[in-house]
Amino acid sequence: MEGNQSVSDPVYDNAALRRTPLYDTHIKLGGRMVAYAGWIMPVQYAGIMEEHQAVRTHAGKFDVSHMGEIAVCGPDAPDFLDRLLTNRIAGMLTGQAVYSPMCAEDGGTLDDLLVYRRGIDDFLLIVNAANRAADVSWIVQASSSAGGPAETRGMQVSVTDCSDAFGLIALQGPDAGNILAGVAGDAPGKLGYYRFLENVDVAGVPCLVSRTGYTGEDGFEIRMPSECSIEVWNALPAVPCGLGCRDTLRFEAGMPLYGNELARDISPLEAGLDRFVPMDKPGFIGRTALAASLAAGVPRRLVGFGMTGRGVARHGYPVWSMDGSCRIGTVTTGYHSPSLGMAVGTAMIESPFAGDPGLSIEIRGHLVSAVTRSRFFYKRKGKDAT
Amino acid sequence: MKILDHLLYTKEHEWILADGASARIGISDFAQDHLGDVVFVELPAIGARLNAGASLASLESVKAVSEVFMPVSGLVLEVNTSLETAPELLNKDPYDSWIARVAFDQSLAEAGLMDAAAYRAFCAAGEG
Repeated sequence: MEGNQSVSDPVYDNAALRRTPLYDTHIKLGGRMVAYAGWIMPVQYAGIMEEHQAVRTHAGKFDVSHMGEIAVCGPDAPDFLDRLLTNRIAGMLTGQAVYSPMCAEDGGTLDDLLVYRRGIDDFLLIVNAANRAADVSWIVQASSSAGGPAETRGMQVSVTDCSDAFGLIALQGPDAGNILAGVAGDAPGKLGYYRFLENVDVAGVPCLVSRTGYTGEDGFEIRMPSECSIEVWNALPAVPCGLGCRDTLRFEAGMPLYGNELARDISPLEAGLDRFVPMDKPGFIGRTALAASLAAGVPRRLVGFGMTGRGVARHGYPVWSMDGSCRIGTVTTGYHSPSLGMAVGTAMIESPFAGDPGLSIEIRGHLVSAVTRSRFFYKRKGKDAT
Repeated sequence: MKILDHLLYTKEHEWILADGASARIGISDFAQDHLGDVVFVELPAIGARLNAGASLASLESVKAVSEVFMPVSGLVLEVNTSLETAPELLNKDPYDSWIARVAFDQSLAEAGLMDAAAYRAFCAAGEG
């Protein structure tokens, strides 16, 4: 059997990897630790399948403190963010959260993120851990009076990387509301989807609590001062869940992962995120290039598929046409889906083939057949998938 | 980690049980624990003739694919088809869930396999 290198291997350089405030907790819980985006994170505790099912049927808790947090404030902040990001920001309500891609001038995606409006001029961006430093750099550069993109140049905002001051815990699953009510009172349960409250007392710790998540289930993301992360974690009677099931859960729910469905050379339109890129909003960075791609026909499309032949498609596997005659794309994410009990995936396909009823996945040198289907593989009962 | 005394082991954490002219091969408890939940098993064709070091089977866990290798060359006689519908058996009972029965071309004594004591020491030393 081939072994996979793990962080316990003596040759592995641990010194360069960062630890979240919950590191010791993960070790005590028997977490299997891996390197991820410059951090040591738990990929699983009891097992990926078990944790995945726990979130779908009960509730799980995830340490997501590695994510980046960037405060953007000032009188120009609403307008600045409206131009920096593709989605509508200036009209957001205080207490509302919005998901948005962030594009470069050529329409490629720099990151995807959540924006929280905390006040008229006060915004918090939650960004992917791997992109934190680059995002801060870009946002600072965008507002600078020299060399930034025309859309945002010279706007008056303060940009602060506050990632290290805060921990972040996601509580996700059908029982998340009941669990949180037990430690935080009634207010969080009354939050609408993509709304948040500040200064919620969770086990004595003042927290920002949002009704958001990355699993396709009901749930909350809880932000607290770093030094209080352990208290909040310990107060939540949910199953500890790692990065392994975080990926299988979001994938089943049709949510993109930057690095798979989104990348510097993938536009949000190619990734099927049209509803987060309102093309009628003037003056956002990347709009011109994206409009041009729409006019010419978007070159690639993200397509969902289910395996009909035996095999599991995975990220990076080549994709061929139904008849196997030409290479048409690459798998962005693929798994044996625990909720569906079958192997499914998503692939970035050359547009001329994106409407075909089937395709072929190259698995270790031979082609295995698949049929195309919606990439929203899982929808929780009683709620529309986002 | 469970290690059964009557089996032979490879450096790749496979177990071998010789039975007259053929031998069964599977993965050890250490291997299944390291793999995580097995979700898919690709078994060899019956009658396949494979060289030493060739891939006998592919085990897919949630996050990765792992190959099971032939310790010496041989002919595949039989495969455990229950693994096709219940791959999780490899995790539940790795020593019961043999993967394939193979007629090996040479004596296993020449294959450099470890007995249980040697394998125990091998695992304790943090190898593999």
